[in-house]
Amino acid sequence: MDYRIAILAVGLMLVVFASNAQEKTSSQRPLENGKTVYDTYCLSCHQSDGSGIPNLAPPLVKGEYVNGEKDRLIDIVLKGMEGVTIKGETYFNPMPPFDYLSDQEIADVLTYIRANFENSGSAVVADEVKARRSQ
Amino acid sequence: MKKHVFSIVVAASCICQALGQERIDIKLPPGFAAQVFADDVGRARHIAVTPQGHVYVKLGRVENGNGILMFEDTDKDGKADKQTGFGDYAGTGIALTRDYLYATSDSEVYRYALDNQGRVRNPDTPERIVRDLVDKRQHASKSITLDTQGNIYVNIGAPSNACQERDRMKGSPGMMPCPILDSAGGIWQFRASKPEQTYADGKRYATGLRNVVGLDWNKQLNQLFVTQHGRDQLFQLYPKLYDAQQSAELPAETLYAIDEGDDCGWPYVYYDHFQKKKILAPEYGGDGKKTGGENAKDPLMAFPAHLAPNALLFYTGNMFPARYRNGAFIAFHGSWNRAPEPQKGYMVAFVPFRNGKPTGEWEVFADNFAGVEVIDAPGQARHRPCGLAQGPDGALYVSDDAKGTIFKITYRGKR
Repeated sequence: MDYRIAILAVGLMLVVFASNAQEKTSSQRPLENGKTVYDTYCLSCHQSDGSGIPNLAPPLVKGEYVNGEKDRLIDIVLKGMEGVTIKGETYFNPMPPFDYLSDQEIADVLTYIRANFENSGSAVVADEVKARRSQ
Repeated sequence: MKKHVFSIVVAASCICQALGQERIDIKLPPGFAAQVFADDVGRARHIAVTPQGHVYVKLGRVENGNGILMFEDTDKDGKADKQTGFGDYAGTGIALTRDYLYATSDSEVYRYALDNQGRVRNPDTPERIVRDLVDKRQHASKSITLDTQGNIYVNIGAPSNACQERDRMKGSPGMMPCPILDSAGGIWQFRASKPEQTYADGKRYATGLRNVVGLDWNKQLNQLFVTQHGRDQLFQLYPKLYDAQQSAELPAETLYAIDEGDDCGWPYVYYDHFQKKKILAPEYGGDGKKTGGENAKDPLMAFPAHLAPNALLFYTGNMFPARYRNGAFIAFHGSWNRAPEPQKGYMVAFVPFRNGKPTGEWEVFADNFAGVEVIDAPGQARHRPCGLAQGPDGALYVSDDAKGTIFKITYRGKR
């Protein structure tokens, strides 16, 4: 009897564990994909900690553009940016357009940077990128 | 390289900051000591020291209306105790002749007459020697040096990484021929005393140099030497040809001995210090192995990738031991393009010369400007070496454009 209960308990725990894992996976997916996109395309300039390069590439940490209006942020990725001044600091290297990334990749990487580097912006979804791309 | 680092017996010299709270140990060979000559001066780019020991500093950003600062050490304790400022423009280049101070904005060269005490006579009314040079933000800083024949040499960096149609964009091809080279990506020579010169008055003295920040006229050899910042982002732009590790280690940063008319190969080739060859850039059909630039000059020395050689100085003083005389100090600003590998540089290197040629070795001379063991991102570095100058007593000054510290390095050991 005790033996059966133990099996049942273990089975139940496995089910709970599996469903938790699945739930975690689905909500983590944009962040994980976003990190992959970030590491491939963004990290060399914005750096692993989002601190950027003094005088060359702006930090994303507590980023005014990062946390701000989504459309403006999506446009920066799609069209690139040149010689921006943020908080009195000018950054000299141009950012090229990344319009060859998919809507989903751009949405994921923006969701990732808005949730990291001391930012607290809401998630970006692929449809929002798609809408800007057709502008 | 490792061998060189460890062959230096490290002597740490304690530098207590003004408030006494934070300490940076600049690591130097035995007998050398570093002290803070001035601190928190702003974005200290290049520096120059007069025969009286006055230190002129060019600021990369105007502070309180001043783009040039002058420091004096009136009580000769090795620390500045008097400061004046002038020149309401930002820039990098600064250089001295007996009678003039030269300084640059990102598009102009100015000069100021000096009195016999090494002080500027006309701080508010400099003569503009050169104007209208290319300034497109990227690589816009204008470094300068002067020969003994009345000429000034100005670096005009290419506003580009690799002369792609669309700069730094994956898949964008290299332009052929590279139109940037007409007005940038080289060293221009102008007369040092003629006002209001433009490109039409100058001469493209050397080309194919992506961005030279460090340059010096070697008076012993009567020749121009330059250090080039090599191209960035091989992996990010060509992930099928290079991995992140290769991209962190390629291409070399390079030192060239320049003769008039030289072409150093940018953007068509880069120097691979592992293969010891000029390699065709991927923007121009290269695959990491094909060579190119048959007519382009080979570097005199190659250094690890992306370290950013921002200043070059041939040492002619008598204070340091004899092996340093006529050798080259190079200030490495420190990398950003080695991520995700840790960043490197943030030090001053020494290249020994014998009979006018490098011995082929180089060594770290002054290290630990960053103040942290592992530098993941350049913003973590406390100091970034940017300028070098030699004092009348033979001391070596190092400027830092991160915290704005001017270090003075002296030798007190056995001779």
